[in-house]
Amino acid sequence: MIKYALRRVLLTIPTLFAIVTIVFLVVRVIPGDPAVAALGDYASKQAVDALREKMGLNDPLGVQYLRFLGDLVRGDLGKSMITGQPVREQVLYVLPYSLELAVFAVVVGMAFGIPLGVYTAVKRNAAVDHLGRVFSLTGLSVPAFYLGILMMLLFAIKLRVLPATGGGDLGDWEDNLRHLILPGVTLGLIMTASVTRLTRSAMLNVLNEDYIRTARSKGLAQRVVIFRHALRSALVPVLSVIGIWIIGVIGSSVTTEMVFVRPGLGKMLVGAILQRDYTTLQSIMVVYATMVAGVNLLTDITYGLADPRVRY
Amino acid sequence: MKSANPVAEPIQLRSQRQRQWHTFVRNKTALLGLVVAVLIIIVAVFADDWFIALLQDRDARPLFALFEPFKQDTFNRLQAPDSVHLMGLDDYGRDILSRIVHGGRVSLIVGICATLLGGIIGTTMGVVAGYMGGTVENVIMRVVDALMAFPGLLMGMMILAVMQRLPGSGLTKAIIGIGIIMTSGFARVVHATALTVKGREFVTSALSIGAGTSRIMRLHILPNILGEVVVLVSLQTAQAIRIEASLSFIGLGVSPPTPTWGNMIKDGMQHITYAPWLSVFSGLAIVLTVLSFNLLGDGLRDVLDPRLQE
Repeated sequence: MIKYALRRVLLTIPTLFAIVTIVFLVVRVIPGDPAVAALGDYASKQAVDALREKMGLNDPLGVQYLRFLGDLVRGDLGKSMITGQPVREQVLYVLPYSLELAVFAVVVGMAFGIPLGVYTAVKRNAAVDHLGRVFSLTGLSVPAFYLGILMMLLFAIKLRVLPATGGGDLGDWEDNLRHLILPGVTLGLIMTASVTRLTRSAMLNVLNEDYIRTARSKGLAQRVVIFRHALRSALVPVLSVIGIWIIGVIGSSVTTEMVFVRPGLGKMLVGAILQRDYTTLQSIMVVYATMVAGVNLLTDITYGLADPRVRY
Repeated sequence: MKSANPVAEPIQLRSQRQRQWHTFVRNKTALLGLVVAVLIIIVAVFADDWFIALLQDRDARPLFALFEPFKQDTFNRLQAPDSVHLMGLDDYGRDILSRIVHGGRVSLIVGICATLLGGIIGTTMGVVAGYMGGTVENVIMRVVDALMAFPGLLMGMMILAVMQRLPGSGLTKAIIGIGIIMTSGFARVVHATALTVKGREFVTSALSIGAGTSRIMRLHILPNILGEVVVLVSLQTAQAIRIEASLSFIGLGVSPPTPTWGNMIKDGMQHITYAPWLSVFSGLAIVLTVLSFNLLGDGLRDVLDPRLQE
């Protein structure tokens, strides 16, 4: 198992390297001058030249690439093209907000999705099952930011039980949690839809297996058959795609952070895009890529633990 | 007993198409998806009489959209929904329902064109990778992996952000950006299916009578994966519309004053506490449209899965 885990870790390095290279190239290769884009079409030639020199845009592409890589290895995310502030500090400030949001959403998604999937599979073709199907297809169709707005309208504006905007004080856990619930449940509900759908179909597959019939014919209680025999193997395919859902949550968190005006990586990214701050944009994409690679690595390792066959 | 009867019972013969149509029609939710999707397309296309206007060389007049989407009525701005303006007026006093109908054009054009663009490129990549194998397969599939390294929305944000520098309309950029994201989904599924088709007897037989690589891919592999592609087109159109809405909510893609569902929601956010209708109705339009394409795709998948047919 340790050997398998180590191999996975080593395989992550070339993937990360490739993604960093793609991000670098996409920002550089597309025609147009990032300095002009940042300063606007009416900037003086001197100002553009000064910014190009400061950002090192006059150096050959290879030199820029190596410098970018070297900085990253040392944990330096560069400076913002607009404000000149180091990107790293800002990222470190907002990262906890984004991480707690993602973790909260994933917990909600699994906590509701798995039981719901099991229940609808056991009650196949009953009214509950059809209702579950409508729920999960709607969940797959509603954009996160819209669900967020509806939640905000109901719980923050109409009922006034939770704050509408902001991220709360990280030091004060109660305040922090109150600000986390609405965006977290929004993302969590959307994830619940996918988890329910997959758990249901995985359970249906397993429930047709011979060993389930054997377990039933032995006279085991329904509860034991469902949870001890069926759910255990049904969870393996669920685990194998959990990474894809977490990555989906990370993607949807961008618009959700905007709706709830929550500090976070997503809101920072949108700010960088609207200000045409290409250095910040590039660094945030690298941070996201690292998060995605980390999620994939964790999924692979958990999957290896759950299903020994994939280790070889 | 019937089996003792020496004369065989007349068997009701049905072609593959008839059987598939039968399965589809029996699936009520899929049929509902198809009907709603077609209705949405019709309303968006005939929002105004542009086709007559084009012939008579005049401005288009409203048809399904009862009012003009840009006409302002600043005295009645933020007016709540009533019997004349069913969904109310926005902060410039423009009729929201009419703007939603016109915004539907943008969403559908971007959604469908981006899916077709991604579908054509992705399917080609998948077939070539699956059939040719070797280095070609490796290179193509690594590109697909790289495209899937980011969530679709983040990838779209990066592509559109960088494309801000390029000349050209927001509509074209949105189609290209979302089209690139759609590519990887098609390539991955088609590649897997092409691999299974590749080993079938008819491919070997075509090879043995001297058919070329391109001929085999076009006439033997492609027709056999078309069903899968049709399902994907429907599901991916739903995804593309959702991504377009998210991108225009962020402020990327098609820019104001052209209404899109995403930018209408964004503009409405400033008045969300006292005029929620500005954002709520356009969101409903997104959910309805995406849901109908998802239902349709789900139903089509059932139809093309032979295990579910009688």
